[in-house]
Amino acid sequence: MTKALVGQSIAEQIAKHIPQAVVEANDAWVVIKPDLLLQVVQFLKATPGFDFNYLNCVTGVDYLDYLEVVYHLTSLERTHSLVLKVRCSREKPEVPSVVSVWCGADLQEREIFDLLGITFVGHPNLKRIFMWEGFKGYPLRRDYL
Amino acid sequence: MEVEKPRFDLFLEEMDQAEGKEIEELIARSQHPLPDQVEWLEPGPRPNLLVTTIDKVFNWGRHYSTWPFGSGLACCAMEMVPTAASRFDQARFGMEIFRASPRQADLLIVAGTLTWKMARALKLLYDQMAEPKWVVAMGACAISGGTFAHSYSVVPGVNRVIPVDVYVPGCPPRPEALLYGFMQLHQKIERRSVRDEFILADLRKIVPGRSKRN
Repeated sequence: MTKALVGQSIAEQIAKHIPQAVVEANDAWVVIKPDLLLQVVQFLKATPGFDFNYLNCVTGVDYLDYLEVVYHLTSLERTHSLVLKVRCSREKPEVPSVVSVWCGADLQEREIFDLLGITFVGHPNLKRIFMWEGFKGYPLRRDYL
Repeated sequence: MEVEKPRFDLFLEEMDQAEGKEIEELIARSQHPLPDQVEWLEPGPRPNLLVTTIDKVFNWGRHYSTWPFGSGLACCAMEMVPTAASRFDQARFGMEIFRASPRQADLLIVAGTLTWKMARALKLLYDQMAEPKWVVAMGACAISGGTFAHSYSVVPGVNRVIPVDVYVPGCPPRPEALLYGFMQLHQKIERRSVRDEFILADLRKIVPGRSKRN
């Protein structure tokens, strides 16, 4: 079984290496600033104590006030897991892409781009995946009717 | 020697644009359901004994060899599979073989949710089937869109895209229900006349999908 790491203790260790990266943390998850996401993610993957070499899934959520992207990370060697979150505004939904760190994020980021309209900066092939060309709006946003 | 590599990304982008345009056009012209295929249910008086006999032979042949083209789009396909297997055994009705090619099939079983993106492909397959052909809409999604009727991506009933003969309700319908649908279809086939096919073929040429007999 994988052990879910406590968000606050991870947040402290992230803050030691990358100050001002953590926005908020609780037992279950850590919220990261979008512009420092890539640094944090590379730190979590490369640091021997963490070894987060596996990205379970990337999810987009619409909270009406803001949009959120959720990353579920797992270390296959150390069998522990962590949940990272990144928030962005609805007006300018931009989040850096983590494809350069985990290739598995490729299709899932395209899905979120297609259905929630979040632009992943630095994605190698950011285009529609489910909806057809010419489809208007973002169907998974809560104000879509 | 330096060889210029083909730009596949540009080519794919053009394909995506063309596909999107086609889907938008399909949606625009599928705003109303097509009339069901009921033209031959109330045939007029039979012209003579000879035609009636040919009708009987033709309908007997069609009745016992409606080879289905399985288009298992969603979970309804899980009920369609045991219908063909030994317990429910649709071979009893002379329709044991699920054809993999629309050219060899008489009956299109739309088993499951049809999305607008898939609708293009399904319409193409239906158009490729040889006449005479029949369509069974299996399950709530195929009939009306079901739970997803107001969704952004689901066709609200396959009769927006292709004309339907028999609707089998259920979510999903049990194999018995599908077999009952087949039996209803067989009854429908038996009431068809060879004479109608010429009339129908002419009418379909004039107004595609709208072939009501006068």
